[in-house]
Amino acid sequence: MKRLLLVAVAAAALTLPLWAGGAYYVNLASQVMIAALFAMSLNLLVGYAGLTSLGHAGYLGLSAYISGWLMLRLGWGHGASALAALAGTTATAALFGLVALRASGISFLMITLALGQILWGVAYRWADMTGGDNGLSGLTRPNPFGIDLAAPGHFYFFTLVVLTVVAGAIAMWVRSPFGASIRATRDQPRRASALGFNVSLIRWITFVVSGFLGGVAGLMYVYYHQFISPHSISLANSAEMLLMVIAGGPGTLVGPMLGATLVVLLKNLASAYVDRWVMLLGIVYVLIVLFLPGGIVAGLDRLGARLGRVPAAPRRTSEATPPPGATEASR
Amino acid sequence: MSFWLIQSLNSLALGGVLFTLAAGFSLIFGLMRIANLSHGAYFMLGAYVGLSVLDQGYGFGWAMLAGGLSVGALGAAVERLVLRRLAGKTLAQVLATLGIAFIIADASLWIWGGDPRPVSAPGFLRGAMQLFGLTFPAYRLAVLAMSIAIAIGLWLLLDKTRLGVMIRASVDDMHMARAIGIPASRLFTIVFCLGAALAGIGGVIAAPILSVYPGMDADMLPLALVVVILGGLGSLAGAFVGSFLIGFIYSFGQVLAPNLAYFILFLPMVVILAARPRGLFGRPMA
Amino acid sequence: MSAGLRVEGLCRSFGGLQVTRSVDLDVAPGERHLLIGPNGAGKTTLFNLIAGDLRPDSGRITLGSVDVTRESTAHRAQRGVARTYQIVTLFGRDPLLHNVKLALLGRSPMRWRQWGDFSTDARLRERALAVLDSVGLAAKADLPLEQTSYGEKRRLEIAMALAQSPSLLLLDEPLAGLSSSERTTITELLSGISGEITIVMIEHDMQAALAFADRITVLHNGQVVLAGTRQDVVDDPRTREIYLGH
Repeated sequence: MKRLLLVAVAAAALTLPLWAGGAYYVNLASQVMIAALFAMSLNLLVGYAGLTSLGHAGYLGLSAYISGWLMLRLGWGHGASALAALAGTTATAALFGLVALRASGISFLMITLALGQILWGVAYRWADMTGGDNGLSGLTRPNPFGIDLAAPGHFYFFTLVVLTVVAGAIAMWVRSPFGASIRATRDQPRRASALGFNVSLIRWITFVVSGFLGGVAGLMYVYYHQFISPHSISLANSAEMLLMVIAGGPGTLVGPMLGATLVVLLKNLASAYVDRWVMLLGIVYVLIVLFLPGGIVAGLDRLGARLGRVPAAPRRTSEATPPPGATEASR
Repeated sequence: MSFWLIQSLNSLALGGVLFTLAAGFSLIFGLMRIANLSHGAYFMLGAYVGLSVLDQGYGFGWAMLAGGLSVGALGAAVERLVLRRLAGKTLAQVLATLGIAFIIADASLWIWGGDPRPVSAPGFLRGAMQLFGLTFPAYRLAVLAMSIAIAIGLWLLLDKTRLGVMIRASVDDMHMARAIGIPASRLFTIVFCLGAALAGIGGVIAAPILSVYPGMDADMLPLALVVVILGGLGSLAGAFVGSFLIGFIYSFGQVLAPNLAYFILFLPMVVILAARPRGLFGRPMA
Repeated sequence: MSAGLRVEGLCRSFGGLQVTRSVDLDVAPGERHLLIGPNGAGKTTLFNLIAGDLRPDSGRITLGSVDVTRESTAHRAQRGVARTYQIVTLFGRDPLLHNVKLALLGRSPMRWRQWGDFSTDARLRERALAVLDSVGLAAKADLPLEQTSYGEKRRLEIAMALAQSPSLLLLDEPLAGLSSSERTTITELLSGISGEITIVMIEHDMQAALAFADRITVLHNGQVVLAGTRQDVVDDPRTREIYLGH
């Protein structure tokens, strides 16, 4: 059943430019996938490591700014600036991780918020470097193997490839023994320590990888929009990303993609019919937090159970960690 | 010389505003262990409500009252309908307040539109006042005075009233408090309502200084967080000291080193959270 | 493979309260040592200090011939310390097998592997099943934890501790809250543990514990009041005074 679904989704994704109904929708699909990249990177921290961060947009923005600035001001090529951006972002994540992981729970949330604000403040205030409120514009899309990515269809496939690679890598990673240890530190950190797992190191590694992937998402973002401004590093953006993860279903592979789809579609499509899409998003989100702690994924699970096909994965509520998603076996 | 004095007064005024914001946050966290991420939104909403009241031609006092009451009522409703259902799950509660912030922010945008709205100080406080042979903007002095009054009022409430005693006991030791019969649930609603109301009043008071604009909630929340982290979550004295400290850092920072302003503000917060999670005055966090 | 435990002059206070007062403990390799004392005597705190969850204010902890006083919990676990807890702290959302697999993973270099499929690794599964079998829970291997009884969870904890191939096993009230038949099962289990493993146990169930112990230490108000062989301690009037007359 699940195989079938996967094949169907893959087929739809591969042929999307044919049936989507125009450039607008193809671009929308690209935006959904970029948002999914954001959400998946954050999900590593929130869903798998149980560390709720409110400063993740910082890595997106940092990567976008570094790459944009190098290209614009120093004339670097796409490849070199992308590498530099990822290196810089990962190094920052490594540093931030050392600081933030000294705390946990709410303190961790606040430190990550503060660190994100510092990055935002730099982007906003250091106008000479960053263009201040105006940001950096006039950026270009890369030309991998000479393929021009200006066309929506081309960019869509480029993004699809990146998303598939990243999703595949994450899937492999969380399935590995190390991935199991990450979840162990989330569920019972004290017990994990007693079993011999180096909880701090495991968390830090996850933090760094999460930052790195956030940097990848940031590159895709700046290539798509060809523009970057402080808003992308704002608290509001970090909060929106967190919403995607929680609403979709933290700790699952599919959850962040669903959450990203929900938010991006609401943002772009609902606004044609419903003026107040943010309010709608907020309401849906609060309802999910209240009644469906496992996110949309959990809801689909239950639906599946109702329809008698798949038994619902065991649910568990814990106030020490974010709402659970499905167990490793069923995703 | 007068530059320093004026800036100092600005700092004090900002500190006063931050206090009304931070005090509520600190109270809520101290008692309920909830980091209320919609606190900035309550502040903004109060300011908008006050604005509408002023638009209708009523006085500033009425604006403050309306701002405080409406936001307080909203806070009480949120606590009873949403937060109480998530009792015991602090992370879920924090996430819920995030969603509420989104809702309030968008509703405000809907009702009052996207343009920043300047607000005039009450007539008799416009202009300057002569004090010790120097000229000061009158409203800033008034803000300082009001925030001190609120601080005293809160202190009296917590120290001298039965409600205050119950709150302090519960902050100190929730289990014990419950064991001796303190109605925790009702206390939660009251405190959340009070905290929100404080933020709402603070918004009205701040309006003549900051104006009212969409995004104000996202601007104010981090400042409130810096204050309470510095001052210690759950500590009113800490919120008081922290507010003015941050008021000074922010005001002078803006003028003297605008490029680094945010850095200066948030770096101490990071350092404190990493090194001494209790802040300057507070108690260890859950 | 077995190591002795030596604790010297261990002190720990919380705020103004001295919870552990200059505690000495000497456990020979392979010995079964019982830690008793009334509630609040500081027994679990002592375990936390030995295991590494708490740092002492002063004193020394030696495992075998290694001074582990400054080492983290995980580090000590790598050296062979394993413990069970008073409250159930298992991985509740996962099946029993997964819990045991994690215990096995903790001391294996495999825990750093970033590829491969943890859930289907055949060798790990086999080893975990063997461990579950040794405590009679093999049939329930794939059941989620919430479908097991409290007694079974207790057995699982012991299984996990044994899975860590420990040299020192710290058991914190392994019989607490169990029915008498469950108690018998677990007592049998414990007596079957290899003499290679040094065991320190906190227990209130006197019958079972006394049958089990070689030597006993009595704690009261964070201090060692009495230590010696089973007979010494049982006969000593101080013990009765403090504790045994229940």
